[in-house]
Amino acid sequence: MTVLPHDTAPKSRTAGIPFILKKAFLSALVALVLFSLMIGIRTEAGQDGQLTYWTRFGELASLVGAVFGGSIVIELLRQWIGPTGAEKLVPAAVQNGVSFIGRYVAPALLIFTFLVPVIFYDQRYILDLGILVLTYVMLGWGLNVVVGLAGLLDLGYVAFYAVGAYSYALLATNFGLSFWICLPLAGILAAFWGVLLGFPVLRLRGDYLAIVTLAFGEIIRLVIINWQDLTGGPNGVSGIPRPTLFGIPLDNSDDGLAAKLGIEYSPTHRIVFLFYLILALALLTNWVTIRLRRLPIGRAWEALREDEVACRALGINTTTTKLTAFATGAMFGGFAGAFFATRQGFISPESFTFQESALVLAIVVLGGMGSQLGVALAALTMIGGFELFRGLEHYRMLVFGMAMVLIMIWRPRGLIGHRAPTVYLKKAQAISSDLVKEGHG
Amino acid sequence: MDHFDYFAQQLINGLVLGSIYGLIAIGYTMVYGIVGMINFAHGDIFMIGGFIALITFLILVSIGLTTVPVILLIVLLVSMAITALYGWTVERIAYRPLRHSFRLAPMLSAIGMSFVLTNYSQVAQGARVKPIPPLITGGHTLHESADGFVIQLSNIQIVVVITTIVLLAVFTWLVSRTRLGRDMRACEQDQTMAALLGVDVDRTISMTFVIGAALAAVAGLMYLLYYGLVDFFMGFVAGIKAFTAAVLGGIGSLPGAMLGGLAIGLIETFWSAYFSVEYKDVAAFSILIVVLIFMPTGLLGRPEVEKV
Repeated sequence: MTVLPHDTAPKSRTAGIPFILKKAFLSALVALVLFSLMIGIRTEAGQDGQLTYWTRFGELASLVGAVFGGSIVIELLRQWIGPTGAEKLVPAAVQNGVSFIGRYVAPALLIFTFLVPVIFYDQRYILDLGILVLTYVMLGWGLNVVVGLAGLLDLGYVAFYAVGAYSYALLATNFGLSFWICLPLAGILAAFWGVLLGFPVLRLRGDYLAIVTLAFGEIIRLVIINWQDLTGGPNGVSGIPRPTLFGIPLDNSDDGLAAKLGIEYSPTHRIVFLFYLILALALLTNWVTIRLRRLPIGRAWEALREDEVACRALGINTTTTKLTAFATGAMFGGFAGAFFATRQGFISPESFTFQESALVLAIVVLGGMGSQLGVALAALTMIGGFELFRGLEHYRMLVFGMAMVLIMIWRPRGLIGHRAPTVYLKKAQAISSDLVKEGHG
Repeated sequence: MDHFDYFAQQLINGLVLGSIYGLIAIGYTMVYGIVGMINFAHGDIFMIGGFIALITFLILVSIGLTTVPVILLIVLLVSMAITALYGWTVERIAYRPLRHSFRLAPMLSAIGMSFVLTNYSQVAQGARVKPIPPLITGGHTLHESADGFVIQLSNIQIVVVITTIVLLAVFTWLVSRTRLGRDMRACEQDQTMAALLGVDVDRTISMTFVIGAALAAVAGLMYLLYYGLVDFFMGFVAGIKAFTAAVLGGIGSLPGAMLGGLAIGLIETFWSAYFSVEYKDVAAFSILIVVLIFMPTGLLGRPEVEKV
């Protein structure tokens, strides 16, 4: 929120230096008022509960100066590059180029991912990071079914992640069921919750739907926190069993995989196993999505995203279409949750906040809703970026929020790619954008 | 303890809480009425309002001002002015460039803005809860039952309710009688037509955000006075509840927002009093879902109702 974008009216493009300075000066003035109290004064509760404050005029001055400078830079860039409106439409040649590269990037990326545990075998940090990225890739692909394909904005996706994680954690710790039995159960339970949520909200339009899913996500989290007998409340569930290779544990015991294979035990084995496990789960998500897209149900999702009224007119049952989208997305969220639980060995409600939902949603949006490769790259960028700024805990969420706003302004259809409908008329009809609002009806 | 006395006390508490929710809900309902988007960052504007009130209050006390009414008035005005500028800036940066973008873009941008504001105040003012000493003390005993249960109406509760009523009166006058209010109603019905007839649509939308933010600032100040603390995360839950209030009252309808606010405040208070405190937020969120499913137009949200 450091700079004030302004109208893209033609007059501002040809304006001279006085205009730029005036604009920058106004921006700086606004910034001065905005930051005067929030940045200029710092409050803190003292030992005895008494509030004290001290001034930070240096920081205030540098921030206002930064806004002034930033405003000039933005204005100059705007004049050189031209209005932002022109950038929103990527030329066809570039798009063709991207799709050409995309054809080779995806396999290359896949092969590289397969080789990551081999290349970085000794670097536990990179393997852990890889697992984290793949978890978010899977979540992104799961949510992509709901948001990217069916066009239903879901702000409570983390609820299904939580349902999956707690399903596995509770089933495993209470009944001693193994990971491989719990995994499908977690997916089924999450899908069941997806249908349960989907049923009542079907009639709602875009942003009402978003708020209801958000409320649903919060309800699940609050129930987990407060239902202490079952879930352990804020303390979470600990001692969740580690996954086994179809019954063979990956530990240092005599029954362990290392002992059976006659090789020396190393804790890295488990990490590598987890890496391939989440990779397999993510690829399963991707494969199912791609296959579904070619089935009538996938076509119906895309049609629903483009125009709900037309969908109905063509005899598509929007109820079942939406419900299957919700259930499919939720199921993959549940799988990812079960994996998360077994990987961490400990889960608590803190892992399932709204922030998490927003992060996954941002990955889908950034990746260009509906594009599988885009989502994977966006997850890599986002989680990698988060790791880079690990030390700056609060600033990174600040930057994350700003990035979300800027991306919406700059490329609302996604930074990396946009998946057009699988089937569409080659010859575009000129229709006013007012007539193609989604979700009415 | 007399059941009726307990009920009456909860009724008072609920109405006061509801007034605060109602003030925030007006911001949601106005923006939804005109721009057709959920201003997700509105709850955080409320939080910023609380912080600015707190800081202004600290400064005034430290320069030796002791007259409570004067302090309150200055705090109110400063907090309204600066928070209104926050509302204006948010609209300018995050929403105006997206006005003709695809449907979900403003919503996503608003979520981003909400993160920015939450973390901005956490970075700027720290994560710890900021308490203030009670500024308005004392109260009136309305009724005392035989076993000593007292129905209290504290002075701060009176202040909150009176401020809300006065603001609502001013606001209703603004919407129904002034040029700006007429412009707002015109933009709400048909932006293109309003623009053709000489209404400055951009300015009117900006003013809507400014007024909404100013009312949220008042709500922030009232929250600060009533609970005696602010923290950077209070905007999220309060925002969702206020949005629930706006939907319950019928989104787009002004009296509806206030009515919805009171209803949510009462429901939350009674739920805490008679069922469980832990699940009060669950109750509020469940109401949101139930209302949206069974009566998406809300209590007063009929098309012919005058909206802003």
